[in-house]
Amino acid sequence: MEISVKINGTPQKHEIEPRQLLVDFVRSTAGLTGTHIGCDTTSCGVCTVLLDGVPVKSCTVFAAQVDGHEVATVEGLKSNGELHAIQKAFTAHHGLQCGFCTPAMMLVGAAFIEENDNPSDDEVRWAISGNLCRCTGYVNIVKAIQAAAEERRAQ
Amino acid sequence: MTAAQTLSTPPEIGGIGHSVPRQEDARLIEGQGNFLDDISLPGMLHMAIHRSPVAHARIRGVNTEAAAAVPGVVAVVTGELMAQHNLAWMPTLSGDTQAVLATDKVRYQGQEVACVIASDPYTAADAAALVEVDYDVLDPVTSPQQSLADGAPLIRDEKEGQTDNLVYTWESGDSDATDAAFDSAARVVSLETHYPRSHPAPLETCGIVADINSVTGQATLYMTSQAPHAHRTLFALVAGLPEQNIRIISPDIGGGFGNKVPIYPGYVVATAASLLLGTPVKWIESRTDNLISTGFGRDYHMRGELALSEDGRILALRADVLSDQGAFYSDAQPSKLRAGLFHVVTGSYDFPSAHVTCRGAFTNKAPGGVAYRCSFRITEASYLIERLVQNAAYEIGEDPADFRLRNFIKPEQFPYTTPTGFVYDSGDYHTAMRKAMDEVDYTALRAEQAEARAEGRLIGIGVAHFTEAVGAGPSRTFDIAGLKMFDSAELRVHPTGKAILKLGVKTQGQGHETTFAQIVANELGIPVTDIKVVHGDTDHTPYGLGTYGSRSTPTGGAATAMVSRKLADKSRKIAAHLLEAAEADLDFSAGVFSVRGTPDRSVTIQDVAFAAYTNMPEGVEHGLEGSYYYDPPNLTFPYGSYIVVVEVDAETGVWKVDRMVALDDCGVRINPMIVEGQIQGGLTEGFAKSSMQWITFDEDGNCIGSNFMDYLVPTAWETPRFELLETCVPSPHHPIGAKGVGESATVGSPAAFVNAVIDALAHLGVRNIDMPVLPDRVWAALQSAGGGVG
Repeated sequence: MEISVKINGTPQKHEIEPRQLLVDFVRSTAGLTGTHIGCDTTSCGVCTVLLDGVPVKSCTVFAAQVDGHEVATVEGLKSNGELHAIQKAFTAHHGLQCGFCTPAMMLVGAAFIEENDNPSDDEVRWAISGNLCRCTGYVNIVKAIQAAAEERRAQ
Repeated sequence: MTAAQTLSTPPEIGGIGHSVPRQEDARLIEGQGNFLDDISLPGMLHMAIHRSPVAHARIRGVNTEAAAAVPGVVAVVTGELMAQHNLAWMPTLSGDTQAVLATDKVRYQGQEVACVIASDPYTAADAAALVEVDYDVLDPVTSPQQSLADGAPLIRDEKEGQTDNLVYTWESGDSDATDAAFDSAARVVSLETHYPRSHPAPLETCGIVADINSVTGQATLYMTSQAPHAHRTLFALVAGLPEQNIRIISPDIGGGFGNKVPIYPGYVVATAASLLLGTPVKWIESRTDNLISTGFGRDYHMRGELALSEDGRILALRADVLSDQGAFYSDAQPSKLRAGLFHVVTGSYDFPSAHVTCRGAFTNKAPGGVAYRCSFRITEASYLIERLVQNAAYEIGEDPADFRLRNFIKPEQFPYTTPTGFVYDSGDYHTAMRKAMDEVDYTALRAEQAEARAEGRLIGIGVAHFTEAVGAGPSRTFDIAGLKMFDSAELRVHPTGKAILKLGVKTQGQGHETTFAQIVANELGIPVTDIKVVHGDTDHTPYGLGTYGSRSTPTGGAATAMVSRKLADKSRKIAAHLLEAAEADLDFSAGVFSVRGTPDRSVTIQDVAFAAYTNMPEGVEHGLEGSYYYDPPNLTFPYGSYIVVVEVDAETGVWKVDRMVALDDCGVRINPMIVEGQIQGGLTEGFAKSSMQWITFDEDGNCIGSNFMDYLVPTAWETPRFELLETCVPSPHHPIGAKGVGESATVGSPAAFVNAVIDALAHLGVRNIDMPVLPDRVWAALQSAGGGVG
């Protein structure tokens, strides 16, 4: 079947198998390997993408379901050659170690600060509680998201 | 910079002690990391594994017809086919053999039985499910106690001379002296506890892309490997491939924690399939594959005893361990040490005698025994001694912190030889513990605890002081599968003064591309941002044994410092030539050679680098490059004092961390930001193991915990906040005084968390709850101690 989808702002048409998962579509068909696979059970969240601006775990969405919708991935965070505030904050606050959960964490963080640009520590922790990290103990991820929120506030 | 260190380079150079932002971040924050599953080669096929659904069964037959008939399937590989190529079995890192694909029996649930190679991963998975295996189900052995009991089913009946399920026996220390000390003891404190099976569960699972060119014989194996050089040699030895034609590329790794040290059956089958089919083959584990079949950690059933004198001094320790090894003995650990470094179990304390025994038992469970974010078996040892010491304090009615302070090895006793033969390099345990106690205002905390108890609230204060032993070699003691444990660095400075550093170790998130550049920056004054660090490609890096056991900084970091010093020596010769001065008259600081007394006569390291290719003194070899293989004279011994405060809900058994202060001394910190990040991550893993994270099996040998819905790892919501402190007693034998830190917090913290919960219940007589300290276990302990509510 054919689907039309806007990926990181670019409209595209793709021929897909009806059973193809969105994560495989993003990685293999669209060639955007910044989105990762970690568990197959919607538990770890490393496959998170934004579907019409809302974080979804793309291992539990069929590619067919995004027909006519908009998908954003980590590759689309940067705009006009400028890193997104969340990307700068993850580096500045050492919010990543192995980097495998990082694209998803940043997307969740980026969507979250659009809704809450002055989050408490607990609010950030709740927002990212669907995403696992095995390296950092989360503390610097929380700091990075709060710092990005602060920059968002200042805009 | 850290409080305890002085800086020898300015921030723009970014040497040791600077929290330099990580060089590896740029690609990772833009989705440009190159992880194993991101690799796609022309014509690449995909592999999926058919695994045993039962824990113990004889295989009557394997029918691959239905699988082979699926459109898109290229081949179905069975154990029989592997046997034709003499690859149905492979050696493990501990000198055992392990089935690559089962031929005779399956010995654990999830064992590899057949592999399907297909055009795409969906087809491969579909077809793998259609492989039919006729099993004659046998009684499973699901505990090491059952395994060693009379009449237990023999798991390894294929092993010549194996008549029972015993894997090994091992001992350390002096049994006579220990017995004598126990005979004369005023008191004996004992503890039986199980350090449960746990799985490292890096978020990226294991995988391989095997690409063997049938014309040239070149075998390029992209692997999630923490030890690419060792894997290259093992592939050469096992598969008979010429080593010069094997290139292991370990790309960005999404966490390892010991899980990516062993060689797994999937790697071998994918490589054989690529060789036979003449096309690249990719295999990526599913999460379930990862959790049920690859290297687990721990699973030690431990009994410990402390002999105490009348005045509260430790006289001796006895420890006996029964290790659940699973179906194959595949511990990833030094081959001479059956129980790894478990004999470091005497911990941070000064006493003369110890005796340690360990038996390993085969069971119908997945094989493993990897050093899961710890040096080999040290977390088990640290846990046992710190739990024992806590109980010893209760036994004599003393505060657990005071008991430790009296029994600690004193600063003036270093280097300190332990009763089991370790020589601790340096430390000041008293200062560390007092600093942590001051931070929490320990005395006031105990008073608050007493008040809370009077009100019926259960507050617990857990103390733990660990000593780790990391950084293997020295090579005279440490080898893995015969490969000596040293490590290496190769440094080349280009004419424009930019440098490339190549390492034998391999990062999985530890930040090597930054910290190792900082070591060069510190020694030569070349800015960190001018140094590229290359690792994980055996064609382009010098030999080394890889990254695990916190060994990268102690070995590879030392090699980096030493090769930098080699180049500094040569640079001095060139600088002397350029400045027309004697070498001895030159000062060298932060990348500038200057003539002593006339500092305006100077050249930079960049000038020297250019001259190395354009204007060399007569008789000196051109170029500015070198390599160094560093064999450490000893392990390094990082340590720390941890204090945890918990509150236990007497009605539900739920406990909550109110506070955790973690003081770590890992010697000199190269990049304090990265060190603190490692500690935060390690503490979280320690919390995970003490509170929720374990792999269990039912009585049929079914693995409970085969996905992230059943195997609980903490999210940000459950993870406590940790307060970090430090002291700095450098390692006297390491070139830059660093000790390694990646695993300290995972080693030291479980005892602190558990001690805190026990401390909350200690007045009721509770002395042990096994990990994970689940609410139902706490509740049951409260009920049986008569302290429960409701």
